[in-house]
Amino acid sequence: MQPMKLNGVRIDDTFAEAFGMRAAAIVITADSLRWARQAAVTMTGYATSVIGCGCEAAIDRELRPNQTPDGRPGVRVLVFAMSATDLQNQLRNRVGQCVLTSPGSACYGDLEGEERLKLGDSLRYFGDGWQISKRLGARHYWRIPVMDGEFVCEATVALTRAAVGGGNLLILAAGSKQALAAAEAAVEAIEAVPDAIMPFPGGIARSGSKIGAKYKGMRASTNDAYCPTLRGAVKTALDPEIGSVLEIVIDGLTSEAVANAMRAGVRAIVELGAATGAARVSAGNYGGKLGPHHYHLRALSPDGGDHARPGEEET
Amino acid sequence: MKPLVLRLRAAPEQRLDMSSLTPQRLAGKSLREIDGVELQTTRRAVRVGDLFHASDGSAEHIVIAGGSERFDRVGEGMSAGSLTVDGDVGIRAGRRMAGGRLTVNGNAGHWTASGMAAGFIEIAGDVGDRLGGPLAGEVHGMSGGMVVVRGHAGVRAADRLRRGALIVEGNAGDDAGSRMLAGTLIVRGAAGARTGYLMRRGTIVLGMASGDFGPTFVDCGVHDLTAHRLMAAYIRESSAKSAELLHVPLRRLMGDMAVLGKGEIFVAA
Repeated sequence: MQPMKLNGVRIDDTFAEAFGMRAAAIVITADSLRWARQAAVTMTGYATSVIGCGCEAAIDRELRPNQTPDGRPGVRVLVFAMSATDLQNQLRNRVGQCVLTSPGSACYGDLEGEERLKLGDSLRYFGDGWQISKRLGARHYWRIPVMDGEFVCEATVALTRAAVGGGNLLILAAGSKQALAAAEAAVEAIEAVPDAIMPFPGGIARSGSKIGAKYKGMRASTNDAYCPTLRGAVKTALDPEIGSVLEIVIDGLTSEAVANAMRAGVRAIVELGAATGAARVSAGNYGGKLGPHHYHLRALSPDGGDHARPGEEET
Repeated sequence: MKPLVLRLRAAPEQRLDMSSLTPQRLAGKSLREIDGVELQTTRRAVRVGDLFHASDGSAEHIVIAGGSERFDRVGEGMSAGSLTVDGDVGIRAGRRMAGGRLTVNGNAGHWTASGMAAGFIEIAGDVGDRLGGPLAGEVHGMSGGMVVVRGHAGVRAADRLRRGALIVEGNAGDDAGSRMLAGTLIVRGAAGARTGYLMRRGTIVLGMASGDFGPTFVDCGVHDLTAHRLMAAYIRESSAKSAELLHVPLRRLMGDMAVLGKGEIFVAA
């Protein structure tokens, strides 16, 4: 097949391989957007990868007052984990330590579904008997007295089992400056995509990993094939002109959200072009045997219409 | 969908048990069968056909054109669909309702919404005593759903309320919210004496403070709470005027300390 090149950016004929995850969406509100965002940022800190953080979490989008249950400014946060139990524990601990504690905050579920995670139902005990249950129609809240008034928290929040984690783009460029410019462009584009988050710092990971290591007990280690300083010593994936690689990892509430996010990212990278940005875009996979979700880069590229459909299940 | 219309021809000569005229109990019945439904509460039989002119339509939506304070148990136990009465109704309207929508474009008697579990009731006029309350011997009153009374309510509104929301846009009589277990009572006007008497939990919001709440309600200061916003958002569609009460900081009184004391009364500061 002819190499696919768009605006000077080579699109690899490969795919991102992603996994099924459990996810919850919550809305955090506060008296101002600043403090809603602060609670969300605190809650999603140290949540870059399930490998070491227990969950992956980030802000999905900001909400105007008319988009939140209590009519105050808010942000929507997505939390992803490998099991419902992990998700339950992470959500409870993070909301309990980071949102409950944040001035003026309140916390609500933002997904519909039968299967529920306890949130206020766990955190209410902080009220030491002074907590108040309030059912308003179909929704059940706990009001927990705190020093600045009350922390309001929905009793339970829905979880989805249709979430997908590990969608990714590898951005290969001549130098770190170009790689970062392309990655930043992609992050900005993906931020606008609903139901998808990029859990790494600022949306970007510079330490992409491979599974396993030479050391016993390590689940992941540096992706040496993409390390430019090792290109002569290992079976490298880099061309001679590549000097720096960055990765964007995407988690979505649905497979479609991940595909949309990757599509937006590739488009932004292509639009930036090779002169100041990426020379090549690739994606990480494990040969297609581990993850059920495959996202083919060429199908997601701006003129990739005649390729396989994105996000198709290949098992 | 065209509703089933029952047009009242003459005032009833006895109290009637209207509980048979709900969407689920009339579902699948022909007009002739509906005409034969008995409504009497004395030995003298009264059938629908004797009092009403029924015109064909879906029993999922029933309109009773004309009312009487002798129409007892209107919408009792209804679980779906809608029932509208263009006129007054008697006692126990919407009692034990489990879903659907009951509209009374007139006044309603005592025990309106008694023991209601779900659904929505709107009374355009006034209601009698013990709105949502239990009958003698029952453990609790209303346990879910929403009731909006555009006029005034009698004594003991929300007695033994367990869950759900009762909104009175006018005034409420004495002992509003008496013995409440939980739930929400909003009185946009004034309430009589002893509001919240022996309430254990739950929320009462009063538009106009009715003087002294007694020593067993303790002042907890003036607050602008997120919970107010949630309650306002919940009731705005049904009673925008009452929702406005919740948009200003309100004084919170906790009580009744003579019992559990975890209830609250919010009044304008």
